[in-house]
This record gives sequence, C-alpha cells and structure tokens, in this order.
Amino acid sequence: MTKQTALFDYLLRQADDTLILGQRLSEWCGHGPVLEEDIALTNIALDVIGQATELYEYAAQVENNGRSADDLAFLRLEREYKNVLLVEQTNGDFGKTMVRQFLFDNFQLLHYTQLLNSADAQVAAIAEKSLKEVKYHLKHSAEWIIRLGDGTEESHNRVQESVNELMRFADELFFKNEVNEVLLSEGVIGNIEDFKQQYYQNVNKILLEATLTIPELKYHQKGGRIGNHSEQMGFLLAEMQYMQRTYPGMEW
Amino acid sequence: MTTDLTAENIWEYLRDVKDPEVPVLTVVDLGIIRSVELIGLNCLITITPTYTGCPAMKVIETDIIARLAEEGITTEVKTTLSPAWTTDWITENGRNKLEEYGIAPPQDEVDKSVLFAEPTIVPCPLCKSKDTRLVSQFGSTACKAHYQCNACREPFDYFKCLK
Repeated sequence: MTKQTALFDYLLRQADDTLILGQRLSEWCGHGPVLEEDIALTNIALDVIGQATELYEYAAQVENNGRSADDLAFLRLEREYKNVLLVEQTNGDFGKTMVRQFLFDNFQLLHYTQLLNSADAQVAAIAEKSLKEVKYHLKHSAEWIIRLGDGTEESHNRVQESVNELMRFADELFFKNEVNEVLLSEGVIGNIEDFKQQYYQNVNKILLEATLTIPELKYHQKGGRIGNHSEQMGFLLAEMQYMQRTYPGMEW
Repeated sequence: MTTDLTAENIWEYLRDVKDPEVPVLTVVDLGIIRSVELIGLNCLITITPTYTGCPAMKVIETDIIARLAEEGITTEVKTTLSPAWTTDWITENGRNKLEEYGIAPPQDEVDKSVLFAEPTIVPCPLCKSKDTRLVSQFGSTACKAHYQCNACREPFDYFKCLK
C-alpha cells in the first residue's frame, strides 16, 4: 500500500466520523431540550462539519482523481463510508446524545493532540485548529454526563442505560490496520494505541464522578471502519444525500 | 501599467471589510488577515478561519474581493489553518469596539485545564460588574459564549477565548 492510498483512507476515516456526527447533531436543530442546548448542539455540529470540510478537501487533494470534497461527502455509497459505528447511532434522548458525544470528544482530544506531531504539515494544521474546538466540546459533554448521572433518579437511570448501550462502540475508535502501519512508518500518525489506556482512564473518571457504573463488556461492536454499518446508516445517508442525488451538482 | 499602490493601501481598504456576524469589527481588527502580497494590480491575501465551520468565512472572502475590485484590484484569497487563529490576534482597537458594542472581549484564562477549570471572570460590558455567570459555553455564533450579569441582570455575549 502506498503512502498516498493510506493517507487518503485515514483522512476519510476522520472526515466521515465528523460529517456523520455533524449530521446527527444537526437533527437536534429546533428540538433541543432548552434553547441554550439547541444552540450548543448546532454549534458543535457546525464545528465538526467544519473539521469534515478541511479533511475532505485535503483528502480530495491527496487522491488527486478529479473528485471534490463535496463528491466525497455526498456521492459515496454506504459501504464506502469509514466512520465508526458510534457516530451513526441515533440521537435517542438528550442524555444518549451526550454520551455519544462524550465518548467521541475524549477520543478526538487525545487523537488530535497526538497528530500535532504529524510529519504531514496539513494533518498537523487540521489537528491544531480542531483541537481548540474539541476542548470546548468535551467541557460541555463531560459537564452534562456529570449533571445527568449525578442528577435525579430518572436522569441517572436514563444516562446509565445509554452508557450501557454505547460503551461497546468505543473500542472501534482504536481500529488499526495496514493503513496505520504505513502512516506510522512515515511519521504521519502516531500509534493510536499509545493513548488507549489514557482514553479509558479519562472516560471512567468522569463516569465515576457522575455516579455511573462502568459497564463490563463481553464484546465490542465494530464494523464501520471497514464499511459494515448499522441499519441506521442507510436512513441517515438517504436524508443527507437526497439533494445531491436528486439534483446532481446543485449549489446554493 | 504603472501604479503607486502599496500593501499599506490594501490594508487600508481591508479596514472597510466588516465581519458579517460582528459588524463592528473589521477583518483587520479580528486578526484573520495573515498576509498581503501585491504584484501590480493583482493581490494575494491569506486569511485564517476563526473556527473551522465558521459560515462567515466565505462571505468575508467575497467581501474582500468585492472591496478591492472597487479599486481595480484583482484579488485571490487563500486560506491557511496554521498557525491556528487565536483571540490574542484581535487588536486592542477591536477589543474596545467589541466592549462598546456590548460583547465582552476575550479574557485571559488563567486555568488552562480542559475539565473542571475555574470559570473565567468576565466583566459585564454594560455595567462593568464582575459578578456575572456563564449561561452556556455556546452562544449565538461559534465564537461566542452566553453570559448573564448578576448585578444589572443583562444577558450578554462573551467573545470566548481561543488559544
């Protein structure tokens, strides 16, 4: 595998993670539990879609095959998306959205921090820019996990259920294959496993602070990174791609 | 064709281009203009986004091109991500204008920890009281947080610190 192929693939992973999460968060627009949270969720959606834009633009440049960032975002088939299963999971209640966000923010914080040292200047620049935004996202999601977990019996039980449901998707964030090996040897990325322990430490610390129980997992759910998505993904793409599929090349 | 145009003139023209979301600030006040290169009547301007998803960036780009076109200058606008924009680049003038407009300018945040940081004291832009509270980390645009003054009760925007 060439460095170019590997880099393209790796950029798509991050781009798809942020785009699909951004799409999910956008579904909250006008439906937030309170006005401030409606605004917060759409602000976070805007940030991650902004990150996706940077990543797709660079991916398109790396691929150098005439496909634009928009083509990559809107005109691929479900099996070609490389996002982790976690981000495509449905919003559920506000607590579930916060658990999904919290598991993802923790990963992004450590991942982008590692990528600051990338030998690829554009990868490092995207990481540097995005990291500043991710810090605000994590502050927000972690505070909510604590507030809901250590809140009323109702909020505690509901957020605990979401933790039980979503924790099995966290491990896929640390997915590794030949792509990682190639980029690691070129110094483009670091070893993703180097911060895996730190990740679970950080996550568990907040869960305990929130008086939540850390679920004992018998298995981890994986598949998104190799294009095997959950049922929800098709519905998400149908809505997200509708305009570009119906009116190819439309702009506004 | 000869021209007496200098980069200094371009900076002067750029002072007419406002941030569409915070219209008291010019793009120069905001500190997003990274460089101006001028060859004859062709100009290359490098800008950096405040936030990756900021929807104002495209408008700012178009406004820069339109303003310079009035002077007969053909402009290309390039975007760069690194070094990443920080609120430290907002000029002193810009900070004063923000406060007059009712938006609290970014404060130096002493506690740098991501989680459990002590909340920053943001003085009320209207009555100057330091007795204010954070309502939400996310405000009316990506770059702002939402605060309320406990003294005069006025809700206000805080241009949040990004470093």
